[in-house]
Amino acid sequence: MSQSEAPETERDVMEYDVVVVGAGPAGLACALRLKQLDADLMVAVIEKASEIGAHILSGAVIEPQPLDELVPGWREAPPPICVPVEEDELFYLGKDSRRKLPTPPQQKNHGNFIVSLGATCKWLADHAEAAGVDVFPGFAASEVRLTESGAVGGVIIGDMGVDKSGAPKDSYVQGIEIHAKVTVLSEGCRGHLSKQLIRQFELDQDCDPQTYGIGMKELWKVAPGKARPGLVQHTLGWPLDSAIYGGSFIYHLDGDRVALGFVCGLDYADPDFVPFEAFQQLKHHPMLRDLLEGGEIISSGARALVEGGFQSLPKVELPGAMLIGDAAGLLNVPKIKGTHQALRSGMLAAEHIHEKAAAEGFDARLRASPVVAELKKVRNIRPGFNKGLWRGLITAAIETVTGGALPRTLSNHADHAELARRADFQAPDRGWVDRSLPPRDRLASVYFAATEHDEDQPVHLQILEPEICTTRCTEEYGNPCTRFCPAHVYEMVEDEANEGAQRLQINSANCVHCKTCDIKDPYQVINWVTPEGGAGPNYQNL
Amino acid sequence: MKILVGIKRAVDYNVRVRVKSDGSGVETDGVKMSVNPFDEIALEEALRIKEAGKADEVIVVSIGNNDVQQQLRTGLAMGADRAIQVETGDTLQPLTVARVFKALAEREGAGIVLLGKQAIDDDCNQVGQMTAALWGRPQATFASKVVIDGTTATVTREVDGGLETLEVDLPAVITSDLRLNEPRFVKLPDIMKAKRKPLDVVPLDELGGHAGAAPATGRHAAPAPRSRGVMVGDTAALVAELKNRGLV
Repeated sequence: MSQSEAPETERDVMEYDVVVVGAGPAGLACALRLKQLDADLMVAVIEKASEIGAHILSGAVIEPQPLDELVPGWREAPPPICVPVEEDELFYLGKDSRRKLPTPPQQKNHGNFIVSLGATCKWLADHAEAAGVDVFPGFAASEVRLTESGAVGGVIIGDMGVDKSGAPKDSYVQGIEIHAKVTVLSEGCRGHLSKQLIRQFELDQDCDPQTYGIGMKELWKVAPGKARPGLVQHTLGWPLDSAIYGGSFIYHLDGDRVALGFVCGLDYADPDFVPFEAFQQLKHHPMLRDLLEGGEIISSGARALVEGGFQSLPKVELPGAMLIGDAAGLLNVPKIKGTHQALRSGMLAAEHIHEKAAAEGFDARLRASPVVAELKKVRNIRPGFNKGLWRGLITAAIETVTGGALPRTLSNHADHAELARRADFQAPDRGWVDRSLPPRDRLASVYFAATEHDEDQPVHLQILEPEICTTRCTEEYGNPCTRFCPAHVYEMVEDEANEGAQRLQINSANCVHCKTCDIKDPYQVINWVTPEGGAGPNYQNL
Repeated sequence: MKILVGIKRAVDYNVRVRVKSDGSGVETDGVKMSVNPFDEIALEEALRIKEAGKADEVIVVSIGNNDVQQQLRTGLAMGADRAIQVETGDTLQPLTVARVFKALAEREGAGIVLLGKQAIDDDCNQVGQMTAALWGRPQATFASKVVIDGTTATVTREVDGGLETLEVDLPAVITSDLRLNEPRFVKLPDIMKAKRKPLDVVPLDELGGHAGAAPATGRHAAPAPRSRGVMVGDTAALVAELKNRGLV
């Protein structure tokens, strides 16, 4: 499918040895490592955000070992936000109560660092550029380029200056083709090119469906003295009922800053559940309310994350291309960390390309590496929570004690299939409260994400079968997209052309590129594609 | 003819500006910085004049520490021929900036100094006018249309009462308003070409400039937050509430 009605002329071409799609930790680690191994390799990194780090959202507590390998001496000149972890705390929350739980071994963070992954990626991109990598923020890889033999041979950059209807505007600029011997997909969770290639090359035919979570995060400046730099807190329980997997993180940074986030599994059943509201509820627990009152939000955003782990890991190679980081799905859920996995897989991909000059063999190499060994060990912990919080904790305890040695592998199910129909579901009373802390609603939250899209461009949230929205979906699920989207992109409004009826309005300019809709839509008719390069959120230090 | 274009590194227009907690200024740590949008429009106009064959060279100028090289590279990627960084670690007042542009205009023999009408950070709107006065040349500010004809420029200006058209002799100072044009997208291969274009670094004092005395700013503060609204049930309740507060 051509991306616009613009004149089909020969696209300009740039030739590289390796093109990396997505300037997250995995992609940047791969690019930097490639240049360290062979300074003559031509390496490009394409990033859809207006600047490096602007679409990155993570906790983030990171394990530093892969950074020690990748950027020796980094501790002398660390990323701008980098606070050593001093203390770990885990709480089980009731509506007004909290109980301290023992910290599970996977979550002991001694020796780790709290960082802003966005700021860290910018810092890493500077290292990559200094090593000779061409880093291009503001350019979206909109299509994969296939060679005559059917292998991946690079990417096509999206056209700029195309209007709503697909016609070129005065500012039209045709996207170029980037040809590369190897294409590395490091788009993060549910990357749109990765999704397409996994389907097209049937990379997931021997694994369970991928499962996901949605994470929302706010960076706060709290009243002086309230933050305790280096304190890492996690919570389970309220505002979620025990059927929904999830919890929160509260990471205390320097400069009176606190990174606060909430993650819940996208396998929840309640069609009326609003993840954004759950996050806002959490902030009104006495423990958090005390911390936040008198403070202000600096930046906020949302991003889906992969939770499927070992049993959902697709084949990570195909002719001409490989998947790394969360585009492959390497996040370690019990550790609540993926950055070290992303960095390691990126470096491993670089080493593979350096030796073989091809993608072939990378799947076996990754599976034989500590990256996948780590996932295998904890493979049953996340699916253990499919039967609720308490049985999940028991499974987690057993799997932790045995180190994952039991000869069983619990399976994963696709998140979109887990949503219950309204008629079949009775939501429990979650004891939610009246809120007073900002943001008031999702639109107010989007403001803190500083998201920006030129409104005169094709809608980048494609509904493949639009008639479903106002018929089956309204009846069966009551249009859950209007609730699971954290940025209020989807809205049911009166249909002016059809009195008494409703229509789906897509406020695509609000989109924060989290990909939740693409994942959770029960009919799988929402297809997220990249908008114009440079569009999307402008996160500050998330 | 050479066109000198000033581009300022400013907090990006999408960013929610916050005051530093100590009140000493606006927070720029970890904040996205871009080319001031009016300057981007000025550069676009300069490039169009050059592409129409009416200028030979477009030079982008920015003043500041090495961070401004990022914006200069953006200007080069858009199509400017070369860049000049006037190096200083100080924040300059408009008069000093105008002196710099005057000195550069004379040194380069510029036919047009094309500037944004103002920067979106301090909103001063002074440099263009001051440069013209110091340089002793005509000025045409707030341009929404520029037509170059040999040694003159016909400039349509956006003024309070509507539009005004001026004809100025070149060399002259022109400042851009919002509707002058829509800046182009940077092309990926041009970013690579920009890396090879010349970028000269000139110390501020070499151009006879000095930071000089700046007006002292006591303190920066954010506007007081709006207090929470009250929902009233009906008109009677509204009137009662207004009376209660002594507003009617």
